[in-house]
Amino acid sequence: MSNATASAADTVKKISLLRILGPGHVWALGVGIVLVGEYTGWNFAADKGGTLAALIICWVIGLLYTSVAMIDSEVTSTVAAAGGQYAQAKHIVGPLMAFNVALYLVFAYTMLEVSNAILIADTVKAYAGEGFTDWHYKGIIAIVIVGLAALNYRGVLMTLNVNFVITAIAYLAIIVLFFSVQPWSQGTILKLNEMVTPENALPYGWIGVIAAFHWGIWFYLGIEGTTQAAEEVRSPARSLPYGTMAGMITLLIGASITWYICASLMPWQYLGFTYYPLLDAGKLTGSALLENMMFAATILAALASANGCINDAARAWFSLGRDRYLPQWFSAVHPVYRTPYRSIIFLVPIALAFAFIANLGQAITFSILSGVLHYTFMSVNIMMFRNKWPLGTIQRGYTHPFHPLPAIVLLALCVVTYFAIFLGYGAQLTAMVVFYVIMSLWFHFYRYRYVKRGDQFTMPWPKPRGY
Amino acid sequence: MARYTPPEQSRFMQWVDIIFVVAAIFLALWLPLQAGWAGVSRSIVKIENPTWEALGQTPAQVEQWVKLGFADAAAAHDIIQNKFDYTIDWVQLIILAVVIAGYFIFLFRASDKEYREVIAEKFNDKNKKK
Repeated sequence: MSNATASAADTVKKISLLRILGPGHVWALGVGIVLVGEYTGWNFAADKGGTLAALIICWVIGLLYTSVAMIDSEVTSTVAAAGGQYAQAKHIVGPLMAFNVALYLVFAYTMLEVSNAILIADTVKAYAGEGFTDWHYKGIIAIVIVGLAALNYRGVLMTLNVNFVITAIAYLAIIVLFFSVQPWSQGTILKLNEMVTPENALPYGWIGVIAAFHWGIWFYLGIEGTTQAAEEVRSPARSLPYGTMAGMITLLIGASITWYICASLMPWQYLGFTYYPLLDAGKLTGSALLENMMFAATILAALASANGCINDAARAWFSLGRDRYLPQWFSAVHPVYRTPYRSIIFLVPIALAFAFIANLGQAITFSILSGVLHYTFMSVNIMMFRNKWPLGTIQRGYTHPFHPLPAIVLLALCVVTYFAIFLGYGAQLTAMVVFYVIMSLWFHFYRYRYVKRGDQFTMPWPKPRGY
Repeated sequence: MARYTPPEQSRFMQWVDIIFVVAAIFLALWLPLQAGWAGVSRSIVKIENPTWEALGQTPAQVEQWVKLGFADAAAAHDIIQNKFDYTIDWVQLIILAVVIAGYFIFLFRASDKEYREVIAEKFNDKNKKK
């Protein structure tokens, strides 16, 4: 990392990421990251507010994420650069915001990756029986994290092709389970009216519904990760909106089906307790075939998610290095595989360390907290984007309708979600924000001196209005 | 505006920066776990000698509990009776609101200051080239 190395890094930087992905890969990245939320996590909303609360927030949070997808599609199809929202923040809000957004992304995705590795180890442990030691448990976590990092190192096309296949299988498993439990015939296998009664639908009342927003995020957390592929898709203006919107539709259908199956099969207290709601649903059908299918699908969904998370976290970290927000050493692209290999490798020990010390609920909460901070930024970001470059002043790949309604809805839902996280996790939320304050002070008063000013603005746009 | 040339950072200081960032990330994640802040506000409302009826479970629900491996009400007691406490601690809520609002205000103001430098350098340079 001497001057000579810095020069070498400049040379390496000229090797760019490969533009090789299509809309299917964007879908695989977004849905792949998120689908595990159907297999675990969303059900903790039932714990906080009851089964009906979980359904209400499934759709309300679906609205939040539809706003996220609409906003993201417009900005990213215009700012097509690795780092996704980081690159957006850099061009629209400013460097400090960009630095924070990149940290949100790295935190959200790395902790999500950790959650997935823990989930896989927990699932295997639940079925392994006696003789499954702590070493086996940690070994599975290590194999998942290191193995997927190696896949990401090897190339983005192969990584997302794998993601496409395993995500499709995991999604199809939910559909197969849905039709297997005869959803058209309540009382045969499904017993919704006996599991969800007027007495237990909202056990904590409406405060429980608000509290459930916290875990409702998990139905869709990560769909915005599609933007990390912006620099590697052949046609950002076409692929990103198509891939992201198709992903949201897929997830809304999947989330509703998942709720219907699980709510009809389990008492709400158990639904809010289990780590494997869909796997338990398979078990409750009494069919060994369905149970085994859901066991395999749980693991595949977690693998797809961890795989996409490594992809996204590494690209956010890589972008920080490329702009000198962090040492430039991280911005190297592999000369053969064209991947941000140093960033991929650097994040592996961090993920491993937390997978060994945290439990699933804590890792998920860390991820959700960073996600909500991120969405708060996005709601303001789109308003600033439209103000600084009104429609017609620059070419947009996609223009989302009803502006500023989606941004206002998003901001309002973020405020509610902060309150929801506060109900149960207030101290943790405060600690996380204090961390971001410290990092912001470090960047603004120290690290930013190493950053070239004008070079950060790379888009061929006119001067923003008001500057 | 004169073009800003950042100072070269020594190899040693680059490592210091990396270590600082990693240490901060670990502290932010590890400290709440160690300090017990990562837990949730809930407690088990105990019922002595619980029955399924006392736990508010209908026959259909009991059937599912049994299928899931809970042979009797005592086995499911701690799951069913583990209740959240949604009493709002107003002092903590106000502190949290101030911290979040202060954070975002600082973030947007400081970002705007930096952004103005970026725009000035980028577009003034462009104008000079013309």
